Amino acid sequence: MQRIGVFVCHCGSNIAATVDVKKVAEMALLEPGVVHAEDYQYMCSEAGQAKIQAAIKEKNLTGIVVCSCSPRMHENTFRSAAEKAGLNPYMVEIANIREHCSWIHKNVEEATEKAVILARAAIAKVNLNAPLKPGESLVTKRALVIGGGIAGIQTALDIADAGYEVDIVEKTPSIGGRMSQLDKTFPTLDCSACILTPKMVEAAAHEKITIYTYSEVEKVSGFVGDFTVDIRKKARFVDAGKCTGCGVCQEKCPSKKSLSEFNRGLNTRSAIYTPFAQAIPNVPVIDTEACIKMKTGKCGICSKVCQAGAIDYEQKDEILTQKYGAIVVATGFDTIKLDNYDEYAYNQSKDVITSLELERVMNAAGPTKGHLERLSDGKHPKEMVFIQCVGSRCSDGRGKSYCSKICCMYTAKHAMLIRDKYPDVNVTVFYIDVRTPGKNFDEFYRRAVEDYGVNYIKGQVGKVIPQPDGKLLVQGVDLLDNKQILKEADMVVLATAIEPNPDVRKIATMLTASIDTNNFLTESHAKLRPVESPTAGVFLSGVCQGPKDIPETVAQAGAAAVKAIGLLAKDKLMTNPCTAKADELMCNGCSTCANVCPYGAITYEEKEVNDHGIRETRRIAVVNSALCQGCGACTVTCPSGAMDLQGFSNRQIIAEVDAICR
Amino acid sequence: MKYSYYPGCTLKNKAKDLDAYARASAKALGFELEEVEDWQCCGGVYPLGTDEIASKLSSVRTLNAAKEKGQDLVTLCSACHHVVKRVNDDMKNVEDIRTRANNYMELSEPYAGETEVLHFLEVLRDRVGFDKLKEKVVNPLTGKKIGAYYGCLLLRPGKILGFDNPENPTIIEDFIRAIGATPVVYPYRNECCGGYISLKEKDMAKNMCDKIVDSAEGFGAQMLITACPLCMYNLNKSTEGKIPVVYFTELLAEALGVKEEVEI
Repeated sequence: MQRIGVFVCHCGSNIAATVDVKKVAEMALLEPGVVHAEDYQYMCSEAGQAKIQAAIKEKNLTGIVVCSCSPRMHENTFRSAAEKAGLNPYMVEIANIREHCSWIHKNVEEATEKAVILARAAIAKVNLNAPLKPGESLVTKRALVIGGGIAGIQTALDIADAGYEVDIVEKTPSIGGRMSQLDKTFPTLDCSACILTPKMVEAAAHEKITIYTYSEVEKVSGFVGDFTVDIRKKARFVDAGKCTGCGVCQEKCPSKKSLSEFNRGLNTRSAIYTPFAQAIPNVPVIDTEACIKMKTGKCGICSKVCQAGAIDYEQKDEILTQKYGAIVVATGFDTIKLDNYDEYAYNQSKDVITSLELERVMNAAGPTKGHLERLSDGKHPKEMVFIQCVGSRCSDGRGKSYCSKICCMYTAKHAMLIRDKYPDVNVTVFYIDVRTPGKNFDEFYRRAVEDYGVNYIKGQVGKVIPQPDGKLLVQGVDLLDNKQILKEADMVVLATAIEPNPDVRKIATMLTASIDTNNFLTESHAKLRPVESPTAGVFLSGVCQGPKDIPETVAQAGAAAVKAIGLLAKDKLMTNPCTAKADELMCNGCSTCANVCPYGAITYEEKEVNDHGIRETRRIAVVNSALCQGCGACTVTCPSGAMDLQGFSNRQIIAEVDAICR
Repeated sequence: MKYSYYPGCTLKNKAKDLDAYARASAKALGFELEEVEDWQCCGGVYPLGTDEIASKLSSVRTLNAAKEKGQDLVTLCSACHHVVKRVNDDMKNVEDIRTRANNYMELSEPYAGETEVLHFLEVLRDRVGFDKLKEKVVNPLTGKKIGAYYGCLLLRPGKILGFDNPENPTIIEDFIRAIGATPVVYPYRNECCGGYISLKEKDMAKNMCDKIVDSAEGFGAQMLITACPLCMYNLNKSTEGKIPVVYFTELLAEALGVKEEVEI
């Protein structure tokens, strides 16, 4: 028989205001096995933990129940407190009487009754608990960073500087990401390339960092500390070892009509290309859909002009298998497609562009060599209108419900830069709200209004109307003046909402990391564990977790690196002992459990068993406890009831249900 | 193929041509429009009062008549299409309206939005097919530059009317191409003509129509086509005959070579 202690927490007034905690303790004493019960204001505090430890020692407790907040919050706190007092940590159970009870009920009598029942269930479970011992697993001292934008580069640099090997896997032909497409950065207006490219170079030169560009993660298996990852290195058709990056192949390539991804489709590139001049690595790739040689077999000019003999039309994709201890996701974002916003005439007029396209237009290496001009006729604009929140903060389902967070600042930046460089251009910004929290951010926006004379109008735009003469008519509303506005413009810039890189769904599935309804990766705790995925060993860096500007991204990238370093610094990890186990006598080897196991933890063995004196060889399920995550899918699937989960056995769960229904 | 057909009041007097050309064209294209018996006026405007039942019943009767015949219901006038289609959506999806309408109607079997409502243009696109239509054209309107005027009712609200993108529609442009002419895309083609406001504030309606016509002309349209009698009325007031405004069915009949057979 167990000797159980029950500890009821007030959580200040969080629990005590709605639940009669004294009554819960009194009622708990009536339960079988309970020899001690008390309540206290904050059980998680040092004094509260001391009370638990004292009771364990004085009353010789073999198990305890803490009636408090969610086990996600303090299960570990109470387990380690119990362990210090000599109790096996798996003899601790939590009855969640806060999130599941006091916070969601108003009536004290009913809430108290429910708290008593929840305590009773936990007591019933502890009565059947057995001490468990965690196993150990080794940590591979190498990290994988998925995505080579500023988030991925910063995370990789920080991990590498701590002395660990890091691999960056980047889908496109170069690292650099979205930041490499930006012209200037707010709020200091320094040139984006000037601060990014040194970091790209540093990452490429770092002895601990290996960069795989034009590569994708194809398969992930294993678990925290011991992931095995297949990386597909897509064929570049250029031998990186031989290529000198001279660029002659790109000059001579006769197929020059592919839209440049880097310049957002505003101009064209050759079939063999590096996305931009500062690309790292400076090794081109051949776009097989545009390459004449690949399509018709005739051409081969690049191969003829290449002095280094680096062109290899026969190159094949390669699969590289590598082991990692930690994985950081830094897959970034893209702007949304504007097909749902035809009223802004983006698809109808070349002079309606997105803000990211304007970055390329303003950039000296962009399609207009940095000259502000209309893309339809190359004329210099006199009137520019910016429309904010295109697809952000949307309640009608056409766009995104969230605020994209960066648009107010970059729109102010664009407006200011244009007014500074071209004082003859009038700039009008339509906004819903101007949101500029952040260091020196609001001052920046005020400068645009007060010093640069940017005309901010609170109100939305209903329609952008292309005119027969090529001008645009912007039909909107001025809410502060309560009147309709019809404004002629030469160019319209749409502050288009951002969304996570569409590939993130695929990657999240491979990592069993969860994503929210907007495809942002979910953090383990919104406030307290913002850079960790709920999947152990997977960390989040940059916009894949939520909209962020560059300073925030870099800060979060560093935080993700620290978490990864903390993991890599350990030689061994404790494994969760709550894993599945098959009863050899009941298992009939049917494979049902192996089919449902999401972790591939179940295999089969031919094993000799002694079934009540009958010796025979049977096919029996064997669980690899290092791979098993204790999800319980096999236990509910097993037709013969042979599978059971340690710490959550069928008997324990039925005992809990019985206690609740009693 | 036989469809139930709801012409609506205007097509029986002011817009007889819209109706007559459609019937003749349907025959040429191999489908039949069977007029619903004892149909009543749709009311002309979809009632926005959420507790309003009476003015929806006429649409429900028509919809139910089509259901009893096991036919899809075809409409032609933009306003009728708008009202009938939205009432059908209510009967399908709004339990309160469905219950109360059925309580009043006392049908042998309750009506719950089973009938499919198709605009004549949808029949051309989705049932006949613009490719097939093109094959049947005997007098292609080659060289004619035509602006499609959609107006506001035909496509909105987009989720319910659901047959084209209300902000950048293509169905009438595709129709224009099918009859051999050249569509002129202009930004005001889905803006409101003023509708019934022309009864009360002529200047405002004129103002709205002028924008539409100027924009269409500016982009090179020599003619406007529409599916809505009220749009036609308002636009004609504005153009004062400068450029013709005709029903799309008239051009259809012309292209199919059946225009001369029609007596109005």
